[in-house]
Amino acid sequence: MSEAQTQLEIDREKGNFRYDVDYEFDAGTGLTEKTIDYICDVKGEPDWIREFRKEALKKFEAKPMPTHWASVDLENIVFDNIRYYLSQGQKPKRTWEEVPDEVKKTFERLGIPEQERKFLAGVEAQFDSEAAYSNIKEAVGKQGVIFVGSTEGLKEHPEIFRKWFGKVIPTGDNKFSALNSAVFSGGSFIYVPPGVKVSHPLQAYFRINAENFGQFERTLIIADEGSEVTYMEGCTAPKFDTATLHSAVVELVALKGAKIQYITVQNWSNNVFNLVTKRGLAMEDAEVKWIDCNIGSRLTMKYPGVVMKGRRARGEVISIALAGDGQHQDTGAKMIHAADETTSNIVSKSISIGTGRATYRGLVNVPRHLKGCKNNTECDALLINTNSRTDTYPAITVRGTGNACQHEASVSQVSEEQIFFMQQRGLTEAQAMSLSVNGFVNDLVREFPMEYSVELKRLIDLEMEGSVG
Amino acid sequence: MIMSAKNISGVPLMEGALMEGQWPEWFVTSRQRGWEEFQKLPAPGAKDEKWRFSNVAALALEGFSYPGPVTNAEEVIARSTGLGEPAARFVFGNNRLLSASAPAAELVKSGLVVMTLEEAAAQHADLVQKHFMAHEAKLGSAKYAALHRSGPVNGVFIRVPRDLVVEKPIEIFHWVEGEKSAVFPHTLVVCERHSKATVVDCFRSADDAPALACGVNDLVVEDGARLSYVGVQQWSLGTIALHLNSTTVGRDATCLGMQVNLGGRFVRNENYSRMVAEGARSDMLSVNIAGGEQMIDQRTFQDHAKPSATSDLLYQNALTGKGRTIFSGVIRVEPGAHKTDAYQKVRNVVLSDDAEANSMPGLEIEADDVRCTHGATTAQIDDRELFYLQARGISAADAQQLLVMGFFNTVLDRLSDADLRGHIESLVEKRLIGALA
Repeated sequence: MSEAQTQLEIDREKGNFRYDVDYEFDAGTGLTEKTIDYICDVKGEPDWIREFRKEALKKFEAKPMPTHWASVDLENIVFDNIRYYLSQGQKPKRTWEEVPDEVKKTFERLGIPEQERKFLAGVEAQFDSEAAYSNIKEAVGKQGVIFVGSTEGLKEHPEIFRKWFGKVIPTGDNKFSALNSAVFSGGSFIYVPPGVKVSHPLQAYFRINAENFGQFERTLIIADEGSEVTYMEGCTAPKFDTATLHSAVVELVALKGAKIQYITVQNWSNNVFNLVTKRGLAMEDAEVKWIDCNIGSRLTMKYPGVVMKGRRARGEVISIALAGDGQHQDTGAKMIHAADETTSNIVSKSISIGTGRATYRGLVNVPRHLKGCKNNTECDALLINTNSRTDTYPAITVRGTGNACQHEASVSQVSEEQIFFMQQRGLTEAQAMSLSVNGFVNDLVREFPMEYSVELKRLIDLEMEGSVG
Repeated sequence: MIMSAKNISGVPLMEGALMEGQWPEWFVTSRQRGWEEFQKLPAPGAKDEKWRFSNVAALALEGFSYPGPVTNAEEVIARSTGLGEPAARFVFGNNRLLSASAPAAELVKSGLVVMTLEEAAAQHADLVQKHFMAHEAKLGSAKYAALHRSGPVNGVFIRVPRDLVVEKPIEIFHWVEGEKSAVFPHTLVVCERHSKATVVDCFRSADDAPALACGVNDLVVEDGARLSYVGVQQWSLGTIALHLNSTTVGRDATCLGMQVNLGGRFVRNENYSRMVAEGARSDMLSVNIAGGEQMIDQRTFQDHAKPSATSDLLYQNALTGKGRTIFSGVIRVEPGAHKTDAYQKVRNVVLSDDAEANSMPGLEIEADDVRCTHGATTAQIDDRELFYLQARGISAADAQQLLVMGFFNTVLDRLSDADLRGHIESLVEKRLIGALA
């Protein structure tokens, strides 16, 4: 078992490095109205945003911690010790040459520019509070696709931005969406014009570099009628002894017939509290698909949702969670059916290793007088060690006739017979274990773009000697 | 909301109805403590996870009181018909014993004890004291467990001695009569090693008046014993019915517990099963019909503290009218409880547009060598099946009823006693016809 954990750490080490950076802008620790004024001033934001933020701060302060259902570990977040805004400037660079050396080195080490050359339509790289780099391939830009940071989005495209901002996830949705609304910075704003199909994924990379820092990016993606877009995000942070907070809000709007695919590979270091609110709105015939992989962090609470507002809209959540020693992956999905013939699908697979705990928490709601709505939920959990833990807490509400919901979950361990069979054929126990675990998530890993699935397989490729039985 | 003694009883505590009967001192003390706890504990709130989806606002206990005796005991006894020839039959009305037919002499000679809880508290003091509400109510109703403890608890104590097999079921009726009457049925069963018994509780209203039923069962199944327990709840459709069930299953023992909810307006069941030794098995079954304005709220817990035990839960609900059901269940596997085999399934068939089914099947697993699965399904009657039956000359209404009964058969078939099964089935069918009308 110890072997397994060492191996896991090696993979997680990828993001565990840090170069010293001088920050030009620092809002200091703690959160008050002054913090918000500081952020608004350095960003040069309009008054309505300042008001919006201050309103959100009140809501954040008024809301209790959700510990009546969530992990009490949340109480270990000391909001007064967190730095809410750190940056070297508010305007992202369009070429890597212009990016300051130490920041550029960071992203090069993470392989971002290389991936950009290879297979991406556009990249945004966020370093602490602001994007250091943001660029979109010329051809994609010519199609009218907008891909900028949230700060730029609200300044340069207010007519689209303001229409949808905060509409999918209201400020008061939960304590952490209120916190994000108060201090948000960075994240992406994407607009895809009608009928445009972006052939390659757009990617954002979120990097936390500073200690005691809170990253609060805000992403808004609007896919206009009949358009298609795939967005990928990755995240890492160096490992600190103190807790770091990441609390994003991501809003997706898929207008009539549009398709949005949102892919996350979360690999925060295990001192990060990752408390994220993600929700998509799918209009008639539209599709929102979340592909979510959680490997890092200390505690992740994330339940991507889809509100199916138009007829025949479709929502999907594909989720892989890997909870290693000391980690709690509390993930799931929310499917809100709000029109006839809407369908949703949730497939969740989790692996708990050592003292890791994986939790599935789901919500499916089919309100009254809808017809032909369907939901399918499958949750499978794999427990590797005797002290591993998994929980499943779905909540399914169906009103009226003419709808169908089914939920199924299972918990199992790697079969000793399988391991024995593979060892018979000359594999070591560790190789056999690794194959078995990869087999468990294989059908989901295949949903990721090729480049990511290779990376994922490598991450999950555990060397698990002695952990059988 | 803290209620004064007058709200619930109409009389101050420890006077009037409560002083009826001869209870030992420990019981009187526990009753007093129960009342204090009931007043102290807060009522469930809308944000309470253990009451999620429940309509807690409808759980208003004001105005209920301990009722006087039923007006016509003979009539109530005459209406207490169920099984053909039970091993014993006890009838209670408004918290008082109305009639008791003791088990056959040879069973009594073999050591079978079936008597009122009150008698048992004196004659089998150690057993009653050991098992009477020995476990904390953990699923949300601690307040109502305290209320039960404080009230005029009445019911049957059953002790099945070692190795004795009681073939026929023991049947118990609890009746309530009168506007805003409160009844406190309690069944305590101890099946000693390698014994076998079947116990059937029937909860009925003598009139249509809204009542409050606050009942508790303690089922103790010792090593190698087999107990089947069926509770058939047919309170009036205005009744608030709270029933808490605690089951403890020993080594290689089996308990089959079935809750059938046909009546009540606000029904809350909490079924807690603990497998305390290897080889223990608990079958948790339920058949529910929620029609009209009924809400049936069920919380279950399959507590696997020891390895190699089995639990198998199957709850099935049919919903009509504005009926609502809530199922919230947890399979809990403690660290070290390896080779646990646990299953949990809730199935809802929704028969009307205003009905609402809520399912929260849950797992909490802290051991890796286990087989735990759960499932929840919600759907309506298959149009093709309905069409098939109609094409053969069966009316739409009859076809629907046939299909729902077929749906319930999956649960009812788990009762091995054919007479008992037939009896329960007829009660379910009767209510279904009423609910579909």
